[in-house]
Amino acid sequence: MTKSVEGQQGTPLLSLRGINKSFGAVHVLKGVDFDVQPGEVTALVGDNGAGKSTLIKCVAGIHPFDSGEVIFEGSPVTIHGPKDANALGIEIVYQDLALCDNLDVVHNMFLGRELRSGVTLDETSMEKRAGETLKSLSVRTLRSLRQNVSSLSGGQRQTVAIARAVLWNSKLVILDEPTAALGVAQTEQVLNLVRRLAENGLGVVLITHNMNDVFQVADSIACLFLGQMAAQVRAKDVSHTQVIELITAGRSGDIGLRPEEVGAV
Amino acid sequence: MSATQPKSEFELDTIPGQSGIGAAAADYWNRVKGGDLGSLPAVLGCVVLVIVFGALEPDAFLTEQNFANLINQGAAIMVLAMGLVFVLLLGEIDLSAGFTAGMGAAILGTTLTQKGWAWPVSILAALATGVAIGFAIALLVARLGIPSFVVSLAFFLGLQGAMLLIIGEGGTIPIRNDAVLSVMNKNMPVALGWLLALIIIVGYAVANLLAMRRRRSAGLPTQAMSVWAVKVAALAVVVLVAVYLLNQERQRPSAPIVIQGVPWVVPLVVALVVGLAFLLVRTSFGRHVYAVGGNAEAARRAGINVANIKTICFIIGSTLAIVAGILLASRDNSVSPTTGGAQTLLYAVGAAVIGGTSLFGGRGKIYDAVTGGLVVAIIANGLPLVTQKSGVQFIINGLVLLLAASVDAISRRRAAATGR
Repeated sequence: MTKSVEGQQGTPLLSLRGINKSFGAVHVLKGVDFDVQPGEVTALVGDNGAGKSTLIKCVAGIHPFDSGEVIFEGSPVTIHGPKDANALGIEIVYQDLALCDNLDVVHNMFLGRELRSGVTLDETSMEKRAGETLKSLSVRTLRSLRQNVSSLSGGQRQTVAIARAVLWNSKLVILDEPTAALGVAQTEQVLNLVRRLAENGLGVVLITHNMNDVFQVADSIACLFLGQMAAQVRAKDVSHTQVIELITAGRSGDIGLRPEEVGAV
Repeated sequence: MSATQPKSEFELDTIPGQSGIGAAAADYWNRVKGGDLGSLPAVLGCVVLVIVFGALEPDAFLTEQNFANLINQGAAIMVLAMGLVFVLLLGEIDLSAGFTAGMGAAILGTTLTQKGWAWPVSILAALATGVAIGFAIALLVARLGIPSFVVSLAFFLGLQGAMLLIIGEGGTIPIRNDAVLSVMNKNMPVALGWLLALIIIVGYAVANLLAMRRRRSAGLPTQAMSVWAVKVAALAVVVLVAVYLLNQERQRPSAPIVIQGVPWVVPLVVALVVGLAFLLVRTSFGRHVYAVGGNAEAARRAGINVANIKTICFIIGSTLAIVAGILLASRDNSVSPTTGGAQTLLYAVGAAVIGGTSLFGGRGKIYDAVTGGLVVAIIANGLPLVTQKSGVQFIINGLVLLLAASVDAISRRRAAATGR
């Protein structure tokens, strides 16, 4: 039922086919198809309640899908929990950051997955690896790896959260509104970082409400409309207005859902 | 920060390594200004209190005997406070810790004196009770989600009742076991005291030196040698002066026996501090405790089992409370239904908070319990020398606790304002 206008390329990193998800009587995701290519930024857009968060939470293993197929790197997989998702190389950077203010940058990046030598924490290896990861992302805005996260700006915190996601040789990084609470300069900083993740070969999913962000960094745009995938299109093939129409009406010209599908909602 | 040419991407860490004490002191002062007071209030409190009590009661307060007394008085509070640090780090509270200590003393007393058990078995039984109490509290707090304030208040009442039943109304159980009594009533030989001092100082110096070398060989910014030297020297002065004072003859000149040396409880407290600090700072469990206290949701998303961490912390808290209870019994030579009651708990909470552990969770260190415990012990020791009125003593104790909590709240607000 979805019109994937996307030009065919190599094997997608992640492919969702016919995903359904209900919470009780509410049918949140209705036969959603979704593709993420490696080395690309895929923007996932849609109005509030369109099902963006549910979709990524299912990919992250927080909720199970009711039905549908998940194909990761060409082979079908099942994701039963966050650990499964992490094991596949899927990392999520949540909107509300999920950093511990009272811990420093290194501790936050390794939280829950600390490196150890024997029973003790291997602080030197952790600090070294955290430094290398930040360097690979060309992050130059941190004063010290040993400063508490509470002393960082919003953009720096987002940077730490993203760096944590790529620390584990992850293949797919999903960012939930990473720029929502940021100022202009910091938004720029984070978007550059998002771009760099894709350039490093990762698949990146960017959930956002901000059209400027979308057109600045996205290669592909997937638009959810009331639980259905209205369209997944190349960013260069569509205009600002078309995307807004897809978000608000589910269709724009000949792209998107057919009128009867929109009405069926 | 960009005034100096950055050597690495993360420049600040390298600055203390290059410019030594001055930069380290400036960094410390910035932290203090930013609301991160650390142990500063406790150290200042100690100094001020010693001066005040010393000026008011020089003959009674400033004696070697009173100094040894002070350590004996403070030891149980410090151990109790160490347990509370684990609970406070979570942002929880254990109001029952005082009577858990009393319960430990009661079990020790009944099994040792009335049942005639061997002392290691008695102590194990008491510790096992502590584990059970901590587990029960944690079950209700972490699994059922009842606020720890209410759960531990219920345990406060319940344990008080259980103690009354075990000991009997108005009863007192004497403790006659030498091993238990010697902890608080016997002293180390003079030479052994000096050896202990040496072990502490050299141990601290070497451990820090090894850590610095490890960091340097990994190419990470390292603290300067001069900063290390100052820290070691400061510790050495404090430890050596304390051991020197304790190794003096404390009796009146005419007394028939010699009392001198470091009380045996001191190595026990030192061992607990080192062991628990290791647990909190160097293991992933300790890291997770801070994470849960700082942001429980973030910890959960990072795959940390929050309920398990809470459970272990409550168990540690209650078990250390039992240890404190054993120390109380050893000091009093007996157990009564009021052991661990009255101000014991508030002294311990006060000790942890004065030492710099936050009531809001996520901030605190094990040695806060020692520095804060020292302040509380000085007040508990000096106040009765100054005034006999227990009404005045209660009021002053209440005010001190309030002051400590205010400092905590203000430094937290300041920290939030300056983004620390």
